[in-house]
Amino acid sequence: MQIIESSTLYDVIIVGSGAGGGMATKILSEAGLKVAVVEAGPHFDPKNAEQKTQLKWPYESPRRGASTVRAFGDFDSAYGGWDIEGEPYTRKNGTKFDWFRSRMLGGRTNHWGRISLRFGPKDFKHKDEDGLGENWPIGYEDVKPYYDKVDKLIGVFGTNEGLPNDPDGYFLPPPKPRLHELFYIKGARKSNVTVIPSRMSMLTKKINKDRGVCFYCGQCSRGCEVHADFSSGTCLIFPAQKNGGQVDLFVNAMVREVTTNEEGKATGVSYINKEDRKEYKLKGKIVVLAASACSSARILLNSKSKQHPNGLGNSSDIVGKYLHDSTGASRSCFIPDLMNRKTYNEDGVGGLHVYSPWWLDNKKLDFPRGYHIEMWGGIGMPSYGFGFNPNDLNQFFGLKVGGYGNSLRADVKKYYGSVIGMSGRGESVAMKDNYCEIDPTKVDEFGIPVLRFHYKWSDYERKQAKHMNTTFEEIAHNMGGTMLQEAPTKEQDYGLLNPGRIIHEVGTTRMGDNKQTSVVNKFQQLHDVNNVFIVDAGPFVSQADKNPTWTILALSWRTCDYIVEQVKQQNI
Amino acid sequence: MDRRESIRSIILGSVAGGLALNGCNPNGEKEVDDEILAKAEHHFGRTPEEKELIAQLNAEQFFNEHELTTVAVLCDLILPANENFGSATDAEVPDFIEFMAKDIPELQITLRGGLMWLDHKCNTEFNTGFAASTQAQQKQILDTIAYPDIDIPGNEQPLEVQFFTLMRNLTLTGYYTSKMGIEDLGYKGNMPNVWDGVPEEVLAQHGVSYEEEWLAKCIDQSTRSTIAEWDDKGNLLT
Repeated sequence: MQIIESSTLYDVIIVGSGAGGGMATKILSEAGLKVAVVEAGPHFDPKNAEQKTQLKWPYESPRRGASTVRAFGDFDSAYGGWDIEGEPYTRKNGTKFDWFRSRMLGGRTNHWGRISLRFGPKDFKHKDEDGLGENWPIGYEDVKPYYDKVDKLIGVFGTNEGLPNDPDGYFLPPPKPRLHELFYIKGARKSNVTVIPSRMSMLTKKINKDRGVCFYCGQCSRGCEVHADFSSGTCLIFPAQKNGGQVDLFVNAMVREVTTNEEGKATGVSYINKEDRKEYKLKGKIVVLAASACSSARILLNSKSKQHPNGLGNSSDIVGKYLHDSTGASRSCFIPDLMNRKTYNEDGVGGLHVYSPWWLDNKKLDFPRGYHIEMWGGIGMPSYGFGFNPNDLNQFFGLKVGGYGNSLRADVKKYYGSVIGMSGRGESVAMKDNYCEIDPTKVDEFGIPVLRFHYKWSDYERKQAKHMNTTFEEIAHNMGGTMLQEAPTKEQDYGLLNPGRIIHEVGTTRMGDNKQTSVVNKFQQLHDVNNVFIVDAGPFVSQADKNPTWTILALSWRTCDYIVEQVKQQNI
Repeated sequence: MDRRESIRSIILGSVAGGLALNGCNPNGEKEVDDEILAKAEHHFGRTPEEKELIAQLNAEQFFNEHELTTVAVLCDLILPANENFGSATDAEVPDFIEFMAKDIPELQITLRGGLMWLDHKCNTEFNTGFAASTQAQQKQILDTIAYPDIDIPGNEQPLEVQFFTLMRNLTLTGYYTSKMGIEDLGYKGNMPNVWDGVPEEVLAQHGVSYEEEWLAKCIDQSTRSTIAEWDDKGNLLT
């Protein structure tokens, strides 16, 4: 079968439509460039009645929201998950890595937690602090102007606290804490754990005429009909289209490789159209990869040619190396003082109204990097699983567990909203030996060679997870609570989840000044080929105890400004 | 094959009898087709593949009639009606359990085997199946399996105890995710509103309060519709 070639020559082809690709679409199209956006999944708009899950009731799903089909349940907006039929990946030497992909316009920004944290000055230069990993070739001062712009363009609530490594910004006011969050504030402070209003990208206040204001249904993971939270489609791509930019959207288009010419420069991409299963080629002067850290690495490694025998941009052999995800461990506790609650609508925004940024000095601890704490609880909407083991908590009062009959109704109400969970999300140390590579023995259903992962946690992460558990226990005790799970043991890695489970994987095409030890320069341009850029989290040198999205957005904007400048100067 | 066609073929494949009869009548066929589609396309944001899966599961039948009768009796023993709200079967919990047994096939042996155990036990003790036993007899059986030893992990409990725990879980989750159950629980959300903090009487009941300093940072909801503007230092002006 012949490859079908389009005659259009685009200024820029953007692969992927998540945070990085969406920002690139907006900035580059508004600069007057003709842009193609190639997305592996279908079009998605939470406003579309056919796709909308917001404000649906559990009984509208025959499985009541169970996670049989979607990883986070029937009402979550992510099309995809850790396992996608027809798109396998493998693991090496018994190591573990779970790879989450959202195949849809906007990618994982549709379901993400909207926790929008800037990296701080220390996060870019962590090697200076502890001698581990590598410093970024840029510092906070390089990114700050872009964080500022992202805050104003997209909107994020939070507060200026003057903390040294959790920078201030342009915040909308946060919502008031919920009841369980007031308990958490008290409990955390008693152990000198900092607690501040959370920083999340929902509009508690209008920022422009196009987007609505949050109406507090607590369902951001379902996508917002009035576009009051950030997702790449609703806040970047649709506005770019509306602003009259030249944006051609290719959906259900799975990119196979970046094509190159005799000089080794990129000429465009080839992709498989999932609808007719044929291969197509798009021509572009510049290629911007934003397919996600691992997908972009996969595309580069699969883009082999005479000029790039080791894969595109991989003369250093660094593509795929230094893969790292946030650490994660969680526990929950029962708080008797939260029993017998009156009910009222406390849905609030989707997720936490308060959180704890990293509050300690690692120099005084036995592990090198920090973590932040997220917490959950409250009287939320029931979904599949609600009412399971309805009176297990009876055991703390010496009462009988189990039974049947109308006493169960009373048990369910008595305990509704009396459990608080805490999750630590921390920074791991980037290691060369944690990587993804091409598995030469397997292809996906589109005939594209798949990734094979090799990833091991080190004692840095294990000790950090142990510390998380101690902290959770202390805070629970301060709240008058009882832990609901035994403390995880050393053999259980102190409860550390598999790498990939926090869905913050970064680092596979890291940036640096030295082309022997990095893949892109400080403008996220391939060292090897000057017309290919990467604007997802692949270029992250280290991951910080923060969520990556706000930094992806800021860096993508910065790279796009550089691209526009280079095009003007005719350097590309 | 387009989506409508493929849903139709799935349905035809499994319940060919009824549809084939209608199929003799061109108009009749159309009606049935639309009815099935209306059911399958119950809008809660499904992708075409997800709709197909639901249609496929709905077209299958897991429990036989006797099993369904027993499930219904058991559901209502677990959650009978009270003065304000109906029973588990009033909230259509057996239909939900039938769906889940197909949606999560790992549940099937525990469910079906457990129902067989109930009948066997009742037949042995009372010479009648579970559904046909008196309520006193039914409860006598349930009392032996409804109170698990909490020091033993769930998957190490005897099958009949695991079965009852699963039935209780499915019954309660089915009930509390139904319209009736949500009303019974008193959940008040899932609708547009303006969150402005925990009611005073609730704060008092649980012995906590807001700090003035914290509240001062929070959104004044009377300004939510005013477009945000900041000074150069990030102080909100509007």
